[in-house]
Amino acid sequence: MKITVDFDRCQSNALCMSAAPEIFEVRDDGFLYILVEEPGEEHRAKVDEAVMLCPTQAISVSA
Amino acid sequence: MTNGVAAAPIDASFVVVGASLAGVRAAEALRRHGATGSITLIGSEPHRPYDRPPLSKAYLVGNVGVDRLSLSRHENELADQEIELRTGVAAIGLHLRDRMLITSTGPVPFDRLVIATGTSVRRLPHAEGAPVFVLRTLEDSTALQARLTEGARIVVIGAGFIGSEVAAAAKAKGGNVTVVEALPIPLERQLGADMGRACSLLHERNGVTLLTGVGVASIEPHGVELADGTTLPAETVVVGVGVSPNTEWLSGSGLSLGDGVQCDAACRVIDDQGQSVPHVVACGDVARWPNELFDEQMRVEHWTNAVEMADHAARTLLGDAQPFRPVPYFWSDQYGTKIQFLGRATGFDEVLVVDGDPSSGAGVALYRRGDRLVGALGLNRIKAVMGYRSLLDNAASWAAALEKAGI
Repeated sequence: MKITVDFDRCQSNALCMSAAPEIFEVRDDGFLYILVEEPGEEHRAKVDEAVMLCPTQAISVSA
Repeated sequence: MTNGVAAAPIDASFVVVGASLAGVRAAEALRRHGATGSITLIGSEPHRPYDRPPLSKAYLVGNVGVDRLSLSRHENELADQEIELRTGVAAIGLHLRDRMLITSTGPVPFDRLVIATGTSVRRLPHAEGAPVFVLRTLEDSTALQARLTEGARIVVIGAGFIGSEVAAAAKAKGGNVTVVEALPIPLERQLGADMGRACSLLHERNGVTLLTGVGVASIEPHGVELADGTTLPAETVVVGVGVSPNTEWLSGSGLSLGDGVQCDAACRVIDDQGQSVPHVVACGDVARWPNELFDEQMRVEHWTNAVEMADHAARTLLGDAQPFRPVPYFWSDQYGTKIQFLGRATGFDEVLVVDGDPSSGAGVALYRRGDRLVGALGLNRIKAVMGYRSLLDNAASWAAALEKAGI
């Protein structure tokens, strides 16, 4: 799957990081970094949780 | 929370009452987790479902428009999931035994029901003609936005998170802002005394006057009269003294009501005989439930809880009833500072600053109850706070938390 973040929407609330810290990281500069842009299927559940928890609907996942 | 697959798809008729965040997410979760019958989402407001956090943040200062408030990614998202949305319809009663919801436009039968009616903003008495505003709905925020102008004298009553965010927004727009808090220490109930005080220092540091330990005597057309005799002249008075769960419509329904709709650990509502009702769940701000992770009855008025509880309650309603035991989380944006809290700040035995100094606007504090970690507060420490999530999820020891903090 491929992860896309709309950085115009992202407000660095880091809910994605709480769900999937190996994929998403909000650093001390206040910005979100995608650590793995195309993670394997084994990460699907955590990535889905990150999408669900994002308060600004900034995360999209495509096949 | 993705453990446990829902039982076989259920061809029942589902009704979700309340079309804000918890209701929308519950309706979507029902479909996603296998409901095949009809899903009807009923909301009292006239609008399509919208998101509330921006109402006291980016929308209030005009940084995002109303188009960014939608809870759907596109206009047909609910319809595409075969969720029927009825707006402008208020719930006014529930016949539990007959499985009938009574609404302002007539009765609605259901097989299974989700209660997500949220909260209503508390108001204060005021003189006729007083320029009083509250903040809960889109209309509230739009009306207030027009009042936040350069040089406007604005008094905010209540130094909770919403009041503080409004004060920050008013200041950002060039207002002359005073916050009045009846309690000696703002946010003490949410964060404890030391950290409540630390967060409240943001006001003074950013040029907003904070008056604590003083009550409001009256709200007049010319401003606010305080109990100590002080007059605060204002063109705009914002009342931010909290919200109350919307349960009036359930009085006489046979459900257990107190501070919210009482639920069991799996989000099923409890009747007045103390029995769980298997075909009715509640979620979001209106729902009170025992969180086994913290061994505590909770009712949580935060965004993340509405999302997580909606998903959980939907699974329960589809037959996969597991205890809902989340680590609560909230955030607040004030004066460019991000405040985050993970866990619980009630009934703690110690608060320890482990990084920086929250009183100066940046740092992390941990909360101990007995010998375990129960909470983590951060001011502009986003990554560090989230680092404690897995420890809190696992009810980790205080020693483990100190080790993580490098102490």
